[in-house]
Amino acid sequence: MSTTLPMAGQVNTVGLTKNDYRGAPSTLCVGCGHNSIANQISAVCFEMNILPENIIKFSGIGCSSKSPTYFLGRSFGFNSLHGRMPSIATGALFGDYRLRGLGVSGDGDSASIGMGQFKHVMRRNVNMVYIVENNGVYGLTKGQFSATADKGLELKKQGTNMYLPVDICQEALASRATFIARLFAGNAKQVKEVLKAALSHRGIAVIDIISPCVTFNNQENTYYSYDFGKANEEPLHDISFHAASEGGGSSISYVPHKPEIALEADMVDGEIREVKLHDGSSIVLKTLEKNYNPTNRIEAMRVLEEAQQNNWLLTGIIYVETGKPALTELSNLTETPLNRLTEQDLRPAPETIKKINDLMF
Amino acid sequence: MTQRIVNDFSITVGTANGSGSSTANNTILRALFKMGIPVSGKNLFPSNIQGLPTWYTIRVNKDGFTARTETHEIVIAMNPNSFAKDQAAIAPGGAFFYSDDIKQPITRTDIIAYPMPVKELVRNNPDIPTNLRDLVGNMIYVGILAQMIGMDMDKIEMAIRFHFKNKERPVALNMGAVKAGAEWAAANLTKKDSFYVEAMNKTEGLIMADGNTAGALGSIYGGVQFIGWYPITPATSLAESLNDYLPVLRKNPAGKETYAVVQAEDELAAVGMSIGAGWAGLRAMTSTSGPGLSLMTEFYGLAYYAEIPVVIWDVQRMGPSTGLPTRTSQGDLGFAAHMGHGDTNHIVLLPGSVNECFEFGWRAFDIAERIQTPVLVMSDLDFGMNQWMTEPFKYPDSPMDRGKVLWEEDLEKIKGDWGRYRDVDGDGIPYRTLPGNKHPLSAYFTRGTGHDEQAKYNEDSGVWYRNMERLSKKFETARSILPKPVLHTAAHPARIGVIAFGSTEPAIIEAQAMLQQQGVATDFLRLRALPISAEVEEFIRSHEQVFVVEMNRDGHLHEILILELPGMATRLQSIAYNDGLPLTARFVSQAILSQASHIPAGQEEK
Repeated sequence: MSTTLPMAGQVNTVGLTKNDYRGAPSTLCVGCGHNSIANQISAVCFEMNILPENIIKFSGIGCSSKSPTYFLGRSFGFNSLHGRMPSIATGALFGDYRLRGLGVSGDGDSASIGMGQFKHVMRRNVNMVYIVENNGVYGLTKGQFSATADKGLELKKQGTNMYLPVDICQEALASRATFIARLFAGNAKQVKEVLKAALSHRGIAVIDIISPCVTFNNQENTYYSYDFGKANEEPLHDISFHAASEGGGSSISYVPHKPEIALEADMVDGEIREVKLHDGSSIVLKTLEKNYNPTNRIEAMRVLEEAQQNNWLLTGIIYVETGKPALTELSNLTETPLNRLTEQDLRPAPETIKKINDLMF
Repeated sequence: MTQRIVNDFSITVGTANGSGSSTANNTILRALFKMGIPVSGKNLFPSNIQGLPTWYTIRVNKDGFTARTETHEIVIAMNPNSFAKDQAAIAPGGAFFYSDDIKQPITRTDIIAYPMPVKELVRNNPDIPTNLRDLVGNMIYVGILAQMIGMDMDKIEMAIRFHFKNKERPVALNMGAVKAGAEWAAANLTKKDSFYVEAMNKTEGLIMADGNTAGALGSIYGGVQFIGWYPITPATSLAESLNDYLPVLRKNPAGKETYAVVQAEDELAAVGMSIGAGWAGLRAMTSTSGPGLSLMTEFYGLAYYAEIPVVIWDVQRMGPSTGLPTRTSQGDLGFAAHMGHGDTNHIVLLPGSVNECFEFGWRAFDIAERIQTPVLVMSDLDFGMNQWMTEPFKYPDSPMDRGKVLWEEDLEKIKGDWGRYRDVDGDGIPYRTLPGNKHPLSAYFTRGTGHDEQAKYNEDSGVWYRNMERLSKKFETARSILPKPVLHTAAHPARIGVIAFGSTEPAIIEAQAMLQQQGVATDFLRLRALPISAEVEEFIRSHEQVFVVEMNRDGHLHEILILELPGMATRLQSIAYNDGLPLTARFVSQAILSQASHIPAGQEEK
């Protein structure tokens, strides 16, 4: 790390303290993986000197979707309908293209009821981080199997799960997401570094975080449990996030039409790989036993398939593609955010009405 | 020859869907319009791309009555599959033009039949390329009809020039076919029927347009900034018109766009995106029809409860279910007024002309942002997809009302003391802030779950109750700012009132005239919005019997009025018309005659 991070009580470069990034106290279960993720989000935004007003939080319905209340109390937020976070975010981010979305959904919200919207928000490359807090189970309705639950999983009241699981990362990859990561909520350092990279990415950044449900799905030796994660997590690489500039850090400032930044794939030298993000920051990946290249779609498919077949909890950045325009960049929008335009900008001049009537018959 | 019947009949053309007849039919309609004769044109088409029978019916009426009629004085048959049906439909004494390659018998002796050698005339014209023979062939019947009823050739050319945007080659090709038809008719047909058109001056100052184009243009003048949409008949052309006209009207001087359009993956996403954009402060809309509206229902409830402005156009088609996708209806009204689970009530705008589709296009945004609630504009297929004579679109006569929005400087002034769901002004309408606002106290968390005045999650019974009461108050506030009803009163005091809305106005007005001729005076109130205003109650109170006329099975508006005004229930009587075709004056006048309790002696229906 090149910069010294501010300590608690300290003020970051946008003049805020850690307190300014907090949310309301959590009402989720003690020990829920989601709480730790909420805390990491607050910490990361503080460290990255992001103004909370520059983030819009989104969620659907479920335990995970409650969690945006528990971080960034100064950010606007929209807790929408079950499975419909993507469409709300897609429209809302047109309000002010300079804002970055930060969505938190769950496996029920995204992989079941919201599968359609989940996939379409990917292909549109909506400018948001899309976290799926994945625990293989429905929490708020007390412990039903979700679409990501393993076949053969046994739950107290539900019996045995008969169906094969949906793989969030594979779905995201198939739908052309430009940033895909899988993490384990128990690995706080990795969660933090990947969150930073995701926030600096342009367009959609999907993070599938295995986040154990301590109440309904935390039996030993099942994929979504803490024990399994701690014992079996296999990071693809050791990740460190490098801010755009020394001292200043990266802030979410959206730069439309910035020239594409080429991937510095040639920098690969043995074990170190650097991926530059559009705001000038970079992720440095130190590959561990697998010499993994996260900029190759075919490699990403292979590694995900391999992990699923072998029940590996592979974590890290699975795929990243920089330089693709985000949805709002595809439109030729005014420099002033749309939601600050006035009647003068929005209502055609009186003399146009005659021309329009003349266009009719 | 019998007497001349001038400018008072209907023409129906039977063709196969996808055969390109709409250009020909629109040419007839527009040429008649330019001759100054009041006209209407209605496409009665199947849900099919190619092959099934389709009809286009034109009403020509010197008195300005343009509702559909049940009689067809002139029928043009181009489709062998509907030939027998088309022949059977002709009024006695009517004219039957048919393509002579249809080898089917003429069975009627009370009509005048004119065979037309359409195929032969096209084949013999070396200017018409082989691949365009069928398309241009339709212009042959235009020419024959024009010759036989006396349409102006220069007005036909104006219509063709308009359609082909003055491109010389297609104009010449199509005019050539029209002339070939007219010349052949002049040389070979003897006029035996009674129907003629003569130029008048009754369409001066009017334009012809369809309701979907008008709604799109009105929305553009209303400053629409975001459209999430999904294709569905008959609403598709509304979104497509937005795509056509936005680039023309809504780029800033630097060529940048002041709007965004996203074609969504389904109606859930279309309305979700629009609600997201409305929440973020954009004038946002979507357009759909019945099945799409059903899908949008859960989101609609969210927008109601979270108080998010958004405009939805429902271009109604016949339901339930997939129903008759290409037939008109007013069958969504009952559902729309209370769409959503739990207690919801909604603002509904009911445009009654193509011109009003334009006006409500812009007005809907003012209302949505003022009241902070979704606004539904209910048009129908007849408006949306047919060409109507209408007053020219009028530039908005009031400045935009952006509602109660607090920006940084506003929050500074009140020292950040605000609550998203706090009723400060006593009208039930709270203040809102928009994402992007940099004031540290601007943000709030929007949710469809129970919330307090600060938008915080809350399950307290009192908080819930008070918030729901405030939403009711807001709804009451809305009554006074919505478009007032329009009255068409009888020359003499009337005991009978008629209430209707939307595209049925021409049929009701004509029915009023028909009833008046029989000595039955009626007053007509055309409703333009829900919830109703005090004028509606006053109208019902001042008539002994009030017929509520609408195009659905169960009489939705009738039910709504009874719920709103239970004390008036006994005066209200439902006349519901539900076969997918536009309402006719004859149906309305007969229904009123058969149900009216005070009919002058001797005037009962025979």
